[in-house]
Amino acid sequence: MSAAIGNTIVSLPDQSTAQIPKRNYINNEHGLLSWLLTGDHKRIAILYLISITFFFFIGGAFAGLIRLELLTPQPDLVAADTYNKFFTMHGVIMVFLFLVPSVPATLGNFLIPIMLGAKDLAFPKINLLSWYLYLVGGGLTLAALVLGGVDTGWTFTTPLSTHYLNTHVITAATAIFIAGFSSIFTGLNFIVTIHRMRCPGMTWFRMPLFVWSHYAASLLMVLGTPVLAITLVLVALERLFGIGVFDPAKGGDPLLFQHLFWFYSHPAVYIMILPGMGVISEVISTFSRKRVFGYTAVAFSSVAIALFGFFVWEHHMFIMGVSNYSALVFSLLTMLVAVPSAIKIFNWAFTLQKGSITFETPMLYAFGFMGLFTIGGLTGVFLGSLGMDIHLTETYFIVAHFHFVMVGGMLMAFLAGVHFWWPKMTGRMYPESLSKLAAVTTFIGFNLTFLPQFILGYLGMPRRYHAYPPEFQVLNVLSTAGATVLGVGYMLPMLYLAWSLKYGAIAGNNPWQATGLEWQIQSPPLTENFIEIPIMDHEAYDYEWLENKTKNEVTTVG
Amino acid sequence: MDSALATTDHADVHAEHDHVALPQHRHHFETEEQQREAGSFGMWLFLLTEIMFFGGLFFAYLLYRNWYYPAFAAASNQLSVPLGAFNTVVLISSGFCMAVGVWAAEMRRKSLLVLMLVLTTFFGLIFLGVKYDEYHEKYELHHIPGDSFNISMFTNPAGYGIKEEPLAPDMAQKTQIFFFLYFAMTGMHAVHMIIGIVLLFWLTWRAHRGDFSSGYVAPIENFGLYWHFVDIVWLFLFPLLYLINRHPLH
Repeated sequence: MSAAIGNTIVSLPDQSTAQIPKRNYINNEHGLLSWLLTGDHKRIAILYLISITFFFFIGGAFAGLIRLELLTPQPDLVAADTYNKFFTMHGVIMVFLFLVPSVPATLGNFLIPIMLGAKDLAFPKINLLSWYLYLVGGGLTLAALVLGGVDTGWTFTTPLSTHYLNTHVITAATAIFIAGFSSIFTGLNFIVTIHRMRCPGMTWFRMPLFVWSHYAASLLMVLGTPVLAITLVLVALERLFGIGVFDPAKGGDPLLFQHLFWFYSHPAVYIMILPGMGVISEVISTFSRKRVFGYTAVAFSSVAIALFGFFVWEHHMFIMGVSNYSALVFSLLTMLVAVPSAIKIFNWAFTLQKGSITFETPMLYAFGFMGLFTIGGLTGVFLGSLGMDIHLTETYFIVAHFHFVMVGGMLMAFLAGVHFWWPKMTGRMYPESLSKLAAVTTFIGFNLTFLPQFILGYLGMPRRYHAYPPEFQVLNVLSTAGATVLGVGYMLPMLYLAWSLKYGAIAGNNPWQATGLEWQIQSPPLTENFIEIPIMDHEAYDYEWLENKTKNEVTTVG
Repeated sequence: MDSALATTDHADVHAEHDHVALPQHRHHFETEEQQREAGSFGMWLFLLTEIMFFGGLFFAYLLYRNWYYPAFAAASNQLSVPLGAFNTVVLISSGFCMAVGVWAAEMRRKSLLVLMLVLTTFFGLIFLGVKYDEYHEKYELHHIPGDSFNISMFTNPAGYGIKEEPLAPDMAQKTQIFFFLYFAMTGMHAVHMIIGIVLLFWLTWRAHRGDFSSGYVAPIENFGLYWHFVDIVWLFLFPLLYLINRHPLH
C-alpha cells in the first residue's frame, strides 16, 4: 500500500493488479436500443457527454471562423451578415447546447445519485426525456443553421429580432425553448433527488460540495428557465402576428424584452459556473488531501450566489435608458455577488495551504480555473461599476470578461471534472503526461486569446463587428494565434480520451484515494451503483476515515 | 426501461425486499413512501416553474396596465363578465370534482373516482367551449391583435352604441396590447387545460381499468395538483382581465 506521511496519503495506490469488473453499467446490456431507451443515470450521462462534445466542436468551429475573419482589419473572409450569423451560432450553441448542460447533465447526472448513496435519480424517465429534448433543441439549432442561419446574436435583442431581420429567428427560438425544458427537467430531477433520495446518515452537511453547488444551480434552472421560455414565445408571436408587445410603434416596450431575457440569462451564467465550482471543490480537496476549508461557508456561498444571481439582471441594461436610481441599486447588488464567489476562491486557497498537493491533470485544470475565474470575476466588478460600464460595455472588454468566466472558468472546470472522474466513468486512466500537456496548452492558448481582448476593449474596439481599424491588428493577431493554440488544447483531450477507452491503464476503484462515495465502489459502477445502500457515518472529505478504511481492507484496488 | 433493467439485473436483490407490495413501486426507490413523496415534490417543483412561466406574462400585464390604464379599462369593458363569471363557476366545479376524485381514489372507491374524473373533464370542456365563443366574438369584432386589428370601437364608441368615453387614437391603439395579453394569458391557460383534459382521458381509462383502486393513487394526486393550479391561474386572470374598471352601481 501507499506510504503515508503524517496522516495524509501522498502517493497513489499501485494499479497494476486492478481489473475491469466483469459486470458494470456499460456491459450490463447490449445493443443500441439498450442505450437509447435506458433509464440509468450513468448511461444518460454518457449520452449527454457525447452529444455536448459534438456541439462543443461545432460551436468551436464558429469561434475559429470568427477569429480567422478578425485576423485582418479588412472584411476579407466573409460578408458582414455572414459574420453576424457566425457569432450568433457560436453563442447559441455554446451557451444553450454546451455550457448550460455541460457539467450538470454529464458529471452531475453520473455522480449525484452515487454521491448521495442512491440507485438512480428520482425520475429516470424524465431524465431520458431531458436528453431527447436536448437533441430536438440541438437538431432545430442545426436546422436554423443549415436553412440559412440566424443573425440576432444569442441575445435575440428586440426590436432587431422581431422587426428588422429576415433570418430563422423562430426556428432558433423554438430550439432554445425546447432545450430550456431539457434543462428544467434536469434541475427538477436533481432537486427532488437531493431532497428525497439521500442514503441513511447522509445529512445536508455531509453532502459533497459538488452536490451543494448542483443544488443551487438546479434552483436557478427551475426558477429562471421558464421565464426565458415565455420570453421566446413572445418574440415568436411578435414576429408571426405583429402583436406589439415589444413594438414601440404599438405602445410596446423593447426594454421589457431585456428585463425578461436577462432575468433568465443572468442567472444562467450561474447555472453554468456553479456546477463547475462544485467540480473544483472536489478536485482541490482530493489533490491536497485535506478537507475543504470552511465547508459550510462554501456550501452556503453556492446558495447565496444563486439567490443574489436573481437580483442583478439589470446590469446588462445600464446604457439602455433604465432609471439611474435602479441602476445604482443593481450596481451595488452586482458587486455583492462577488462576495460569495470570493468566499469560494479564498476557501480553496486555504484548502491548499499546508495540504499535500500533487499536480495531476485535474489539479492543473483546477489551478487554471482559480486564476482565470478570479480575473473574470474581478473584471465583472469593473463592469458592474456604473461609470466604467459606459466606457467598456459592448466592447471586446466584455467579450474577454465573460470568456474568462465561461471558458477560463467553466470549461477548465469541465475538463478538470472529466479527467478527474474519467477513471470512474470508463474504468480506465487517461494518459497522464499527454493530458498535462493539454492542460498547459489550454491555459497558454486561453490567455493568449483573451488577455489581448481586454486591451482591445479598453482601447474601444466594439464587439460584433467583422472589420476594425488597422491599429488594432497586432492584438487581434495575438488573439487569433491564441485561439489556434486553444483549439489544439481542446482537440488533444478529445483524441487521447477516446484512445484511453481501449488502451488506457486500468484504473481500479479509487485511483486518487479520494473520499467520496463514488470512489468506494467499483469503476465503472454497477447499474444500480451499490450492492447495498451505504450508510454515511462520516463527514465529507474525511481522509482519516479513508485511511482507516483502506488499512483494514484486504484488497485495496481492483 | 429502467424498471425492466432493475428486475433483470438485480432479480436476486429484489427478492430480498419483500416489503415491496405495489406493482407500481419503482426499484430505485427504497420505499413506497419515498416514491410517493418524490413524485409529489417533483410535481410541486414543476408547478413552481409554471408560476415563473406565467409570471413573465403577469409582469408584462402589470407594466402595460400601469402605462395605458384608459385603454386597458376600455378594452376590458368589452369582455363579457357574465361569461367570465360563468366560466369561473364552471372551473371551480371542475376543481371540486377533482378534489372529490382524489378522495375517492384514496378511499379506493373506483366507480366514484371514474365518475368524478368524467365530471372534471365535462366541466373542463364546457369551460373551453365558452372560451371558444368569447374568442369567436373577438374575431368578428376585429379585436385580435395584428394587421386586422380595428380600433374604431374605442375611438368612436357611440357609433357602436356603447356608453363609453371615446379614446384618442394613439391611446386606442394600446387596446391592442390589452387584447394581446388577454389572448396570450387566457390562451396559455387554455393550452394547459387542453393538456389536462388529454391527461384526464388517460387517467379515466386507467381508473376504469382499476389501476388506482389498490392504494396506488400518486398519479391522481399529482394530476389533482396540476388541475388545481390551472384553476388558480384562472382565478387571477378573471379579475385582472375582466374586472379592471367595472362600476356596477353606475
